[in-house]
Amino acid sequence: MEHINEDKSSMDNLTDTNVNVGNTERVVSAIAGGALVAYGLKRADTTGILLSVLGGGLALRGATGHCQVYDAMDMNTNEEHGFAGEQDSNKKSRGFLSSKIHVKKSVTINKSPAELYQFWRNFENLPKFMSHLESVSNSEGNRSHWVAKAPFGTTVEWDAEITSERENERIGWNSVEGASVPNSGVVEFRPTSTRGTEVRVVLTYEPPAGKLGAMIAKLFGEEPSQQVYGDLCRFKSMFESGEIITTEGQSSARKEDAKAAKA
Amino acid sequence: MKAVCWNGKHDVRVENVPDPKILNSRDAIIKITTTAICGSDLHLYNGYIPSMQAGDILGHEFMGEVVETGKDVGNLKKGDRVVVPFTIACGNCFFCQRDFWSLCDNSNPNPEGQETLYGFSGSGLFGYSHMMGGFAGGQAEFVRVPFADVGPLKVPDSLEDEQVLFLSDIFPTGYMAAENCSIQPGDTVAVWGAGPVGQFAIKSAFMLGAETVVVIDHYKDRLALALQENKNLRTINFDDEDVFEQLKDMTGGRGPDSCIDSVGLEAHGTTPDAILDRVKASMMLATDRPHALRQAIHCCRKGGTVSIPGVYGGFLDKLNFGAAFNKGLTLKMGQTNMHKYMPKLLKHIEDGDIDPRFVISHRLQLDEAPNAYKQFNEQKDDWRKIVLKP
Repeated sequence: MEHINEDKSSMDNLTDTNVNVGNTERVVSAIAGGALVAYGLKRADTTGILLSVLGGGLALRGATGHCQVYDAMDMNTNEEHGFAGEQDSNKKSRGFLSSKIHVKKSVTINKSPAELYQFWRNFENLPKFMSHLESVSNSEGNRSHWVAKAPFGTTVEWDAEITSERENERIGWNSVEGASVPNSGVVEFRPTSTRGTEVRVVLTYEPPAGKLGAMIAKLFGEEPSQQVYGDLCRFKSMFESGEIITTEGQSSARKEDAKAAKA
Repeated sequence: MKAVCWNGKHDVRVENVPDPKILNSRDAIIKITTTAICGSDLHLYNGYIPSMQAGDILGHEFMGEVVETGKDVGNLKKGDRVVVPFTIACGNCFFCQRDFWSLCDNSNPNPEGQETLYGFSGSGLFGYSHMMGGFAGGQAEFVRVPFADVGPLKVPDSLEDEQVLFLSDIFPTGYMAAENCSIQPGDTVAVWGAGPVGQFAIKSAFMLGAETVVVIDHYKDRLALALQENKNLRTINFDDEDVFEQLKDMTGGRGPDSCIDSVGLEAHGTTPDAILDRVKASMMLATDRPHALRQAIHCCRKGGTVSIPGVYGGFLDKLNFGAAFNKGLTLKMGQTNMHKYMPKLLKHIEDGDIDPRFVISHRLQLDEAPNAYKQFNEQKDDWRKIVLKP
């Protein structure tokens, strides 16, 4: 099953990497920069000259979309940049205006790429190790229906479709239009010479603003990358040790554990 | 069932808790027949190990009888008599397959704590804080043992519990410490701490071919026991003697070829650095008191090995790394790779090369554990190794 269709947001196919300022911010930069230049020139004193220079910088930043300061600070507010990409997701800071959550995590599993790929490719298996998923069911063609756990016993549901696929190597998927939480992901299975398979996941969520957004944020945990990492550790344990080890339900002198044991 | 539970610093109680259940398919439930208190349990008792929770069941040295097995435990059956390693390991990951059992990738369900503190997480341990997996320990009537198809070692009926109990931790720990020294003919090995791990390290160093072993401590009875148990052993009491001068004197000025720190993070000592450590640790300015380790690094000969079975938890202050670097030392350490050593050491016991019972000082009932912890902590000379019967 070679190349169903190529993933638009492929890891290997990034947009212009020089642009590190988001679109809205570029417009704001350009307008504010222009205003500062005008005001600075009008003052015509030392402060005015400094303000003009600053304004010129801002205007240039707006026009080119590239910010030297962001470069120095390792920052990027350009949403398109690094969408499911390699370059930004391990950086320490994110843009102030970006609403997307990018996560990139890897784990090495002492099994062949084929075994891991085949298990993952059947999305119905994913809830076995992805703790926030309640179920995934395969629909027609490349589509699947995802149900995730949400606070207070509710659920969030969406449909997704496979956007790219290379057997035993990678799977890319996107939520289809109309999803309340637009999201996309790519998983890669890379063989190593002696260490098993490197499994790398890149996920992007776009939580909506407002109350629902807050709920979604809670749904994916305070730290989405920790959530994904936990899922990958469970995936690894399932394959390497045949189970996901737990201490839930074990004995202790704590009252809640005593209650759980009786139930 | 009855279990010894940690409730805070210096607060250990025997409490009634629910019986353990099979939680994973590779689990077994063991009815404890004999268990012990380890020197490293005192680190928990004294509040040095983070991420303990009130109500946690203590104990990582135990053995007993299999009463129940999960569906994927094919090698054990009800009634088998087993001794259980204190490290929990899956047997299938990169580390287990290379005999680094204590670094197992899949046995700690809460790896985040160690990943934050150490970068990566080691294996799960019984009864040794939530950072180490949060597994209920074996100072109890029953215990749940994960990955029971690769951990517990069956022991022959010809050997008593007390002869094989210490295969659960301190004998393999002392042995690995000595093995890490790569002992060559003519070697002198210096061992800091004549506690149970030190005692096994001394015997193991001789078993592995050391010509001379020197043990350093200030508990007279512990030094006397070591002397009584080993020919060619020399002792240094650090209360009365200058350790470095004595070691040089004993080795023709060369220094010991290998140094074993079987003391760990709560070292005693009377030198200024040791006193400062105690002050800092009591004010929470330092996590560990590494006096023994500092001295071992200082005394070790050029190109020698410092082997560390003693437990350390966090940041060490004023460690002379320059000494280690400029003398080209090899440092070897870590939790014991238990599964690698247990069958071999059981054979040594069966062959009569060693009878581990010599370390035992007290035999008590499980109910007496709170007092045993208190006495062990306060009077290390008399209270050397406590064995408990549920």
